[in-house]
Amino acid sequence: MSVVNIAQAVNLALSSAMSADDSVILLGEDIGRAGGVFRVTDGLRDKFGTERVFDTPVAESGIVGAAFGMAIAGLRPIVELQFMGFSYPAYDQIINHVARIRNRSDHRFTAPLVIRIPYGGGIGAAEHHSESLEAIYAHIPGLKVVVPSTPGDAFGLLLAAIEDPDPVVFLEPIRLYRAVKEEVPESPPPTPIGPVRVERAGTDVTLISWGAMIKEARAAADLLGGEGVSVEVLDVRTLSPLDRSGIVSSVVKTGRAVVIHEAPLTGGYGGEISAVIAERALYSLKAPVTRVTGWDTVFPLKRSEAHYLPSVDRIVSAARQTLED
Amino acid sequence: MFNLINADGTVRDRLPVTLEELRQLYADMVEARTYDRKCMAMQRQGRLATYAPFEGQEAAQIGAAGALRDDDWVVGTYRDAALMWASGYGWELLIAGRTGDERGGSPPPGVNVLPPSITVGGHMIHAVGLSWAEMLKGSDRIALTSFGDGATSEGDFHEAMNFAAVFQTPTVFFCQNNHYAISYPVAEQTRSESIAAKAAAYGMPGAQIDGNDVVGVLAAVGEAVEGARAGEGPSLIEAVTYRIGPHTTADDPGRYRDEDEAEEWQGRDPMHRVQRLLEKAGAWSEDWQADLESAASDRIESAVLAAESLPRPTREAMFERMYSGMTDPLVEQSGEPAR
Repeated sequence: MSVVNIAQAVNLALSSAMSADDSVILLGEDIGRAGGVFRVTDGLRDKFGTERVFDTPVAESGIVGAAFGMAIAGLRPIVELQFMGFSYPAYDQIINHVARIRNRSDHRFTAPLVIRIPYGGGIGAAEHHSESLEAIYAHIPGLKVVVPSTPGDAFGLLLAAIEDPDPVVFLEPIRLYRAVKEEVPESPPPTPIGPVRVERAGTDVTLISWGAMIKEARAAADLLGGEGVSVEVLDVRTLSPLDRSGIVSSVVKTGRAVVIHEAPLTGGYGGEISAVIAERALYSLKAPVTRVTGWDTVFPLKRSEAHYLPSVDRIVSAARQTLED
Repeated sequence: MFNLINADGTVRDRLPVTLEELRQLYADMVEARTYDRKCMAMQRQGRLATYAPFEGQEAAQIGAAGALRDDDWVVGTYRDAALMWASGYGWELLIAGRTGDERGGSPPPGVNVLPPSITVGGHMIHAVGLSWAEMLKGSDRIALTSFGDGATSEGDFHEAMNFAAVFQTPTVFFCQNNHYAISYPVAEQTRSESIAAKAAAYGMPGAQIDGNDVVGVLAAVGEAVEGARAGEGPSLIEAVTYRIGPHTTADDPGRYRDEDEAEEWQGRDPMHRVQRLLEKAGAWSEDWQADLESAASDRIESAVLAAESLPRPTREAMFERMYSGMTDPLVEQSGEPAR
């Protein structure tokens, strides 16, 4: 049992999977000697050696493509791409090959690899370092897309992703890497990919989110709770495959839903979730579904970050709006 | 340029194959050409989706396959049917793929040949990963990736070559320079002296060879394969050849190249030179040729029959192919009535 943050939990899960299975290997830029740009893989090269932890040339497409071949040949590669904005060069490999080889070969060849991508803003980084375009990955058939928001889930979901027979895009909220700590048992079981997590149970309104925005949703729930509003917070955790029934049953109960994400509004995954609610819970709704998201702008640089990121205030007023309707 | 059998059927050096082996290579090229022409005809009849013919490139593909061990990895393209077939990927599967059936992408266990890459260039790095994994596992299996001159313009080529060299993976990069990326001539694609010359920049050996000489290809690829297997790392072979036919059945080469050019290359036909050599050695006859063609035609006919008599793919199979087990959204969607 130890108290860890998300970065440490990911490190522990990697270490645990590598100890249990020799075929698990790591590839990425600066993940070995340097321990990764966020130090998530710190110490793993010393522990498991240079034959299992590979620093690679700066070539995201090459890293994913090589890992794809390794996975077909029976290894369990885990790739780190440094920032979501740097994952675009690897789209061709991820979308055209990783997500498709099972279908293309009618199950004969499979690519069980994990692509870890730190994502999201809030740390005042340079351009391209704050992207939150999870909807693009969730749109691709053949991938699973997972986003933990707690150390326990970071550990459990990563173990599940590594064991999964299909490729998993594992998004790690940069802003939460060291922001939340939690007790993680010595060797907890994997957390199933799929089901939503009820972060907090309530009866008046459901806040639906994932990743870094769970922290804002929690703070909003605290404030609203102080006003006597009973807020349910759902951590979606798995964007694909989406737990439709988990979302629907919460909204059927509360009759109100606010979907929160950091990504731009238009085409964001909140649209998919809103559609699911409209299709399956419309007659339970007491107010229109509301979205609190980033804007349809480029993610701004440091001095404008606060203009962009959904704030606790915006979430609270959106929730109040649903209660007034 | 390295070669062993000249275009006129004379030999430049002692051949590293027996007469019987040479007859087999020739027989394989006859079968490959029979397949290729049959597919062109079937596409015209509307029985196949777009087809990319390899006529003129038989020696490159059959020679390269001959240098591989049965369990080596092969990662090729839509124009590599002969290479794939000679590596164990049955005609019926190749045809099934061209009829538009995903089951054509599934070679039998033990045949380590990936289904053909349709996008240009993204597959070369897969051979790097496959062979890298074999190296890490302590196996001596290697990987060969085949691609055209066009693919060497992709950034993927750079990443694959660089990764292979950096990590010294047992990978053979086999380029069939057939002179055209659809319509774009190789001379305009690069200012490098040759494609093989690019290897030097990555710190690996590169060789330009006559891709229409089946024994020369076999020898050169064989050397690269054995080097890779012995832990000497990757290499690049540029097999210079020519695509006699169109890029695909949807292409008209008359728009971008002279007929004279194709005719000139027909004079360097990869099969003709072996036929002359065998004939001089008393190991070729018209009867044998007729027998080869008719046996190949029979085998391909039955492969066509097998591919065409696969039961129509079910709607459910489309959903079942996506993941190891169907996800909940797919279960729901597969249960919805077809509209």
